[in-house]
Amino acid sequence: MSTAQFVQYLVSGVTQGSIYALIGLGFTMIYAVTKIINFAQGEFVMLGGMLSFTLAHSAGLPLAPALIISVIVAALVGAAMYIFAIRPAKSASVVSLIIITIGAAIFIRGLAGVLWGVDSVRPPFFTGSRSISFLGAYIHPQALWIIGTTVVVTIILHLFLAYTMVGKALKACAINPVASSLVGINPRTMALIAFVLAAAVGGIGGVVMAPLTLTSYNVGVMLGLKGFVAAAIGGFKSPLVAVFGGLLLGVVESLAVAANWGPFTSAYKDAIAVIVLLLILLIRSGRLAEEEMTG
Amino acid sequence: MLSRLKSKWSYVVIAALLTLSILLPFDWFLSQYTTLAIFIGIYTIVTVGLCLLMGYTGQVSLGQAAFFGIGAYISAILSKTYGVNPWLAMLIAAIMTGAFAYIIGYPIFRLKGNYLAMATLGLGLIMWILFRELSHFTGGPDGMSGIPYLSIGGFVFNTSFRRYFLVWFFCLAVLLISQNIVRSRVGRALRAIHGSEAASESIGINVEQFKVKILVLSAVYASIAGSLFVHHLRFVSPGTFDFLASVKLVVMAVIGGLASVWGAIFGAGATRILSDEILLRFGQWDIVIYGLILVLVMIFMPEGLFVRLKEIFERLRLMYRQRGVEP
Repeated sequence: MSTAQFVQYLVSGVTQGSIYALIGLGFTMIYAVTKIINFAQGEFVMLGGMLSFTLAHSAGLPLAPALIISVIVAALVGAAMYIFAIRPAKSASVVSLIIITIGAAIFIRGLAGVLWGVDSVRPPFFTGSRSISFLGAYIHPQALWIIGTTVVVTIILHLFLAYTMVGKALKACAINPVASSLVGINPRTMALIAFVLAAAVGGIGGVVMAPLTLTSYNVGVMLGLKGFVAAAIGGFKSPLVAVFGGLLLGVVESLAVAANWGPFTSAYKDAIAVIVLLLILLIRSGRLAEEEMTG
Repeated sequence: MLSRLKSKWSYVVIAALLTLSILLPFDWFLSQYTTLAIFIGIYTIVTVGLCLLMGYTGQVSLGQAAFFGIGAYISAILSKTYGVNPWLAMLIAAIMTGAFAYIIGYPIFRLKGNYLAMATLGLGLIMWILFRELSHFTGGPDGMSGIPYLSIGGFVFNTSFRRYFLVWFFCLAVLLISQNIVRSRVGRALRAIHGSEAASESIGINVEQFKVKILVLSAVYASIAGSLFVHHLRFVSPGTFDFLASVKLVVMAVIGGLASVWGAIFGAGATRILSDEILLRFGQWDIVIYGLILVLVMIFMPEGLFVRLKEIFERLRLMYRQRGVEP
């Protein structure tokens, strides 16, 4: 493989990985505050992409407001999901909560299928499609948007958690919900905020991703799984490691497909993520089990 | 007295169901539902396994369709491509699926809760990808057709009428076996595991072994159902075993009442009727309804719809009796 080819695959891996990173951020945030794995996380990405297509392409809105509205709607769906599906199930078991979030996921996915049909769609590119040459590789401007957005979102989120009152409250709630409710932090409000933030981040991912990778009503499951892998690399604790995990997974996928050895042709691309997932889970299973019991 | 009456009641219900199920294919009006009833029987078999795994043992599987698919494809490939006797193919499929479950059982049950759910989801996806991509064996996305019928001697199960009895013979056998397991020492051990793994371990239950055994049993059930499925439809394609298929199996188990063996018929029946008869014309709406059902049932009746309905029925009956006793 030449350097140019390598760079090409690397860039495409980082681009894909950025999306996984954003989804992984969402998983981590919700898990930290509520100890729930939200199996509907990928659906927010789908919603962001599909909404931006409808608003920017079908409804003919200017791009910027179309994108912002898409993200806001995705965030609202996240809020609705928490209020109508998660909060009423107060003290449900882990199994029940898994089934509830899966139920919410296929509910959202089904409605999307009804509303938008089953075809793949492509929202307009943000800034055209003239590739930029870099070290012999061609980089699509949308890829730069994806990578840039991920960097900005990660930084903003980090600053938000570290320096704002709400961010600190979220952190406190993640560390110890009982103690934080004693000092006046309402865990339910924090959980709602976590869901809204996770959905918004997912929506942003969907909005920037869709023009390049296309989107359809059923992309949520696979993206959710890959975001989960990213979050699992971070142990569902560290947002920054989740971002790193997402990028890593994207690059591994891309290079594995590029290497084309053995059975790993592009048809098996999705299987790579699953294998990585199983490896991580099994390697970490001892620690994860402990956390599950104490957490 | 109460318990005797209770069992009398359940015998009446079972007798009524049996009569109905035997009459179903004979009656000219009902016989149009024979195919539907066959599918209900097939899915009941898978659902019972999932109920044992999820309801009694408390272990989530979001990849149960994979076992269903392995059974289906092994049966299809052996009997069609290699001309193996379908019954032998079915047996080999069940053994291989069980062995597969046994091999993945030990590593995968080191995981719990959310991680177990995601791992089973992942395994389901891998199998689905393999069904699709190993097109040399499986026919790829288009699937395989022309799979032979099952037969005993010269008696070929080549009509829905005949297959109906075949499928329900298996289905009732699976239900009775499961019923016995649940009421035995093993069943009590499983419920203990669901209650608390640490406590079960402390009274000498080998938690890991029981979990793996139940996984193997549920995989064998799913495999048998898969074999019956391909020999009924004579066609198989990967779409039947995707992620949604696994979720639909969970819906069936949830509607049936997770910890209820007989509820599986109710769950599989309600879901198949909803899919095949009522919502078929509405495209994606069935998924929307299933999503809603999952959320609502888990919030308001985590023990499952069927179990809850049974409870309500019991309470009404008690109220009625009390009123009758009082002068």
